[in-house]
Amino acid sequence: MSQAVDYIRESSELAQTLEAKTKTDWLADFRKQRLNAFAHSSFPTRKTEHFKYNNLSALTRQSFARLAEADSGDIKLPELAEQLDADRLVLVNGEYDSSLSKLEEQAITFYRDANADQKDFILEQLNKKNDKKNIFSLLNDSLTQDGILIEFNQAQTKPLHIIYVATESAQQKTTFANCLIRVAANCQATVVEHFATNKDATDNSLFNQSTQCVLNDNAHLNHYRLHLEEEHTIHFGELDFWLDAHSQLNSFHVGLGSQIKRLDINVYHQASGSHADLNGVYLSNAQQQIDYHTNVEHRVPHCTTQEIFRGIVGGSSKAVFNGRIHILQDAQKTLAELSNKNLLLSNKAEINTKPELEIYADDVQCAHGATVAKMDETSLFYLQSRGIPKSQAELMLSFGFINELIDGLKHQAVGDYLRPILANLFEQAA
Amino acid sequence: MLSINNLVAEVEGKTILKGLNLEVKPGEVHAIMGPNGAGKSTLGNVLAGRENYEKTDGTVTLDGKDIFELEPEERAAEGMFLAFQYPVEIPGVSNLEFLKASIDAISKYRGVEAPDSVSFMKKAREACKAVNLDQNFLKRGVNEGFSGGEKKRNEIMQMMLLEPKLCILDETDSGLDIDALQVVAKGVNELRSPDRAFVVVTHYQRLLDYIVPDYVHVLADGKIVKSGGKELALELEKKGYSWLEQEVA
Repeated sequence: MSQAVDYIRESSELAQTLEAKTKTDWLADFRKQRLNAFAHSSFPTRKTEHFKYNNLSALTRQSFARLAEADSGDIKLPELAEQLDADRLVLVNGEYDSSLSKLEEQAITFYRDANADQKDFILEQLNKKNDKKNIFSLLNDSLTQDGILIEFNQAQTKPLHIIYVATESAQQKTTFANCLIRVAANCQATVVEHFATNKDATDNSLFNQSTQCVLNDNAHLNHYRLHLEEEHTIHFGELDFWLDAHSQLNSFHVGLGSQIKRLDINVYHQASGSHADLNGVYLSNAQQQIDYHTNVEHRVPHCTTQEIFRGIVGGSSKAVFNGRIHILQDAQKTLAELSNKNLLLSNKAEINTKPELEIYADDVQCAHGATVAKMDETSLFYLQSRGIPKSQAELMLSFGFINELIDGLKHQAVGDYLRPILANLFEQAA
Repeated sequence: MLSINNLVAEVEGKTILKGLNLEVKPGEVHAIMGPNGAGKSTLGNVLAGRENYEKTDGTVTLDGKDIFELEPEERAAEGMFLAFQYPVEIPGVSNLEFLKASIDAISKYRGVEAPDSVSFMKKAREACKAVNLDQNFLKRGVNEGFSGGEKKRNEIMQMMLLEPKLCILDETDSGLDIDALQVVAKGVNELRSPDRAFVVVTHYQRLLDYIVPDYVHVLADGKIVKSGGKELALELEKKGYSWLEQEVA
């Protein structure tokens, strides 16, 4: 019998070890404060509301206290790297890889090299995140020894494709990454965050990643986050958007289930006139888990949010969608809509969908809806009545269910890349 | 071609068709009329094989084959086509993708080679034109956001592409304005041929001004209670259905 791993203690020790050789002294207080909170947290159980539906036993069965390291082996980038005319930032096991990256238009700054203004901005922004309920976020903060600051200060013509690749050497290890994106006032940017695994790994790797995006006044950000890692991966992700006046966010997500995959997305409307489109699809099969926790906070008047997530859940897999919309007292004239639809492909599949509206303002328009359904019999019959065999008709309908959102993507290259991957998944699932 | 003998069918435990007989030969157009609740739509759905529409007695053969031995898609591949009263919207699946999948599946069933993309596209465009549908409809989701009339024209467009031998039109005229009705009728009339048969289910005589039937049958309470030529439709239009129901009773 192996001893249960004490994840909190081991991770805290790792953070302390790294602190001894830090290159970012100016972040030490921040890390210390977060580590303190982390070390005093208890490991989530089924009774912990915030992690109620997550089975985290993989983290106590084996140790993840070693860090993954850079790997210069044979790395195959996802095909989208070729298909998308973009600048490319590649991180292998969390480490920047200059040979695979291709940064022609867009500059990046490591936290360790930040100038005084950048340091102020990074600190200010990191201090804004304060999710005490999420131990993985706290741990990421505790381990923010370095990170990447990406500032879009002028008219960007090419998208930035950020590829996170995990290789076999990351197995049974943890990768931490931290990224801060700022779209300056009146600028427009497209960012594709893409998570991939290099080869068919047979063992676990744990990824703990945090991205913060700040949209200054009248900035536009088209954002994609593609979680296409193979199914043994464990991922805890945190993604925050801070929206200034009249900024526009369009964020699209694709999540394939894996051993554990959880993404916490926060959208903060912090000045009037901002708009957020937050859409996504998730698919899980076999024994996989996938979890999207979204939280949209309307703190000021006259902001709008449109959120649509769709999930297809098959096999004995489990999906969670928790969509919270929080409208504070001052946020009059808010318009917020949330829809979550799910398709269950098997009797053993499980979906936990929980829309939460918290409204403290009295002059707002807010709507939410969540559905869980099996295949629509009428649609199925319609396809069959045109000669299409039932099994194929089911595939077409499942695919259509998510393709509806993919058809709406602004960057056709992303949709063209995703469609065959998703179609292939359906064929395997059938 | 289609031979229905003493068909009894139920929907969710309720008997709707109560011993229906009908013989349809190639080249013929049969109109089935009747009051609401007579079982008109049930007939189309039972023939096409919709779930929960259960045959409990009787036989139906299509060119000698027992259709109840066949799945809905096999009936389609054997040449049966049901134009839906309420065509289904399927966002995310494009019309083109849907039609190609349909033709490919039917070709495969019949053991013939499916048309290549170029000739398929050509045919699809021609069919669109014939029913006055913009070609952009091919790229849109199946019936997604189509008006009532566009949906019905889309049904006829599919019928033209699939070239079935037995076409069942389930209240295709419902919800159509007179212009759309003429387009639909024109499409149907173009398809009329000596080896193709039509069963036109309708509530109103109006459609039959444009699609002139060889036979008119009145369906009431799950049975055909009267059959005649096209003049029967005019008589029904004048007198309504109640006199027939009284006559039967």
